[in-house]
Amino acid sequence: MTEHPHLEIHNLTMAYGDIVIQENLNFTVKQGEIFVIMGGSGCGKSTLLRHLVGLIHPAEGNIFINGVNLWQAPQVERNEIISHSGVLYQGGALWSSMTLAENIAVPLMEYTQLTEKQIADVISYKLSLVGLAGFEDYYPSEISGGMQKRAGLARAMALDPDILFFDEPSAGLDPISSRLLDDLILELRDSLGATVVIVSHELASIFAVGDQAIFLDSDSKTIIATGAPKELLESSDNPRVRRFLTRAAQGSMETEVRTYV
Amino acid sequence: MSAVVHEKYILDPREAGFCLQLTGDWRFSDGIPDIEPLLQRLSAEPTRQQLNFDGNQLGKWDSGLMTFLVQLIEYCQQQQIEVKTAGLPPGVQKLLTLAFAVPERKGARRQILGQPILTKIGNVTIEMHRSWSDLLHFIGEIILSTLKMFRGKARFRRSDLLYQIEGAGPSALPIITLIGILIGLILAFVGAVQLRLFGAQIFVADLVGLGMAREMGAMMTAIIMAGRTGAAYAAQLGTMQVNEEIDALKTMGISPVEFLVLPRLIALCITMPLLCIYADFMGIIGGAIVCSTMLDISFFQYFQQIQNAVPLKHFIIGIVKAGIFGVLVATSGCFRGMQCGRSASAVGYAATSAVVTSIVLIVVADAIITIISQILGV
Repeated sequence: MTEHPHLEIHNLTMAYGDIVIQENLNFTVKQGEIFVIMGGSGCGKSTLLRHLVGLIHPAEGNIFINGVNLWQAPQVERNEIISHSGVLYQGGALWSSMTLAENIAVPLMEYTQLTEKQIADVISYKLSLVGLAGFEDYYPSEISGGMQKRAGLARAMALDPDILFFDEPSAGLDPISSRLLDDLILELRDSLGATVVIVSHELASIFAVGDQAIFLDSDSKTIIATGAPKELLESSDNPRVRRFLTRAAQGSMETEVRTYV
Repeated sequence: MSAVVHEKYILDPREAGFCLQLTGDWRFSDGIPDIEPLLQRLSAEPTRQQLNFDGNQLGKWDSGLMTFLVQLIEYCQQQQIEVKTAGLPPGVQKLLTLAFAVPERKGARRQILGQPILTKIGNVTIEMHRSWSDLLHFIGEIILSTLKMFRGKARFRRSDLLYQIEGAGPSALPIITLIGILIGLILAFVGAVQLRLFGAQIFVADLVGLGMAREMGAMMTAIIMAGRTGAAYAAQLGTMQVNEEIDALKTMGISPVEFLVLPRLIALCITMPLLCIYADFMGIIGGAIVCSTMLDISFFQYFQQIQNAVPLKHFIIGIVKAGIFGVLVATSGCFRGMQCGRSASAVGYAATSAVVTSIVLIVVADAIITIISQILGV
């Protein structure tokens, strides 16, 4: 579609006040790619995601979406860019005072001129995509955690986004549900051609869906490995990456404990 | 029979079935055609039992096309027309498979039915009964925990208590100062206009002193604290309920009433009488300002008059009332918080109903206390 990569990160530094979380981050995400951001707990994966979706202003560096600098664009244009991306938060982040149908209707009413009938059609179609057909009138508190997550995905897809962000999609799901969600992500990418960015430390799902990945390290505060997850597993010579990808089957456990505890 | 022709599609009978040819862009922004003519044409010839697609001319598409196709296919399934999606682009085929992969769960869809009026009255009555028995249960627990505390066995953190006292005491002083002075001013002003007619200006001091000491000091403090602290208690405990923090306490065998409610209750019992004394003096100062500027009564005269007209017992009645109001505000705030449901809107509802409950209880209690003191002659 464009000659620009879908998402481009230049020299990004993330910091809370004076505390630097990660610095000198450089990577690009191609159109239609499933890109995984991995790393141990507390290394700043979710913070990076919050930067990418425009929730946090970077301390330094630039984020380009389709070649447009997110933070130098005027507010109107930034909202426009952000409305083309869908985000699935860890717990689903559904609005608890609204039914599933109302949750999905909010972005549709805000950004499109669809009639009520059309909105109702889109809602039931999106819910059927995530396997929740007929659950329109349920409140988030009345359905299970996995269903909330899928409903969150239906809401994220409401506007047919061309880029989808997932924060820990498999967290809190049983292995079967998490496998189904992975399949769903792959299906959606293949059929919609959307770019997908996933934050995860779930090895099974990283290997199942990831085309490209970066590994964030909390000690050196930057990216220590880039590449396809399977290749990293086979050929990375970085001991930290190897330990992570093999669940510490290789490398010394003691250093592991010292690093993360 | 003829084909249905539209600028975006052509439906024509072909071989034993129908063929739907899609052309152009099918996005919501391009306008999605009405599906009715298609459905009518399909049902006009029930002998044709198959629907094929031709998507070679299809341009850009989004959920607009998908909702159209989903409706079409659902209709075909009802009419037992076989649908062959092979002619559609692969992306559309995959999405359709996904959309029809999980059939609608039977009984999941809800029917929203109006209830007859008697059912509604019944439900409200049951709900009220439940809420009252909850309240009694809660009060009972508070009393037990308080007794435990007097025996020195209640478990809560002393730092929590100090923190709550700070929040419900010193931090409330600015707003109490403002409201106290203004209430004094208003009382004095209203009194001054009337009493001046009889040349009885000096009795403005009696009015302000009595009014503040017996009624207004305690009442205004209580209402401010209901809005300020009672609502905060309900929101804090409500959020803890949402985050399962209260469950965490229960599973550790720690009574949430002891650990969370007791410090808040004690804090308000201590700070309310003190705030009430402070409000009384602020009100009297407010009255003094009106007297000295409007009525040519000197500060000395004013305070002399108050000293003679308002014996200590009036102040004590006010302070005792403040203590009782403190218990009411803390109890209703904490009760609504503990009762809170598990969603964001439930927290808002808890805070609102905490304020409403406290104010109702304050006014009712004030009336009861006034009647009792009338009977006792104090």
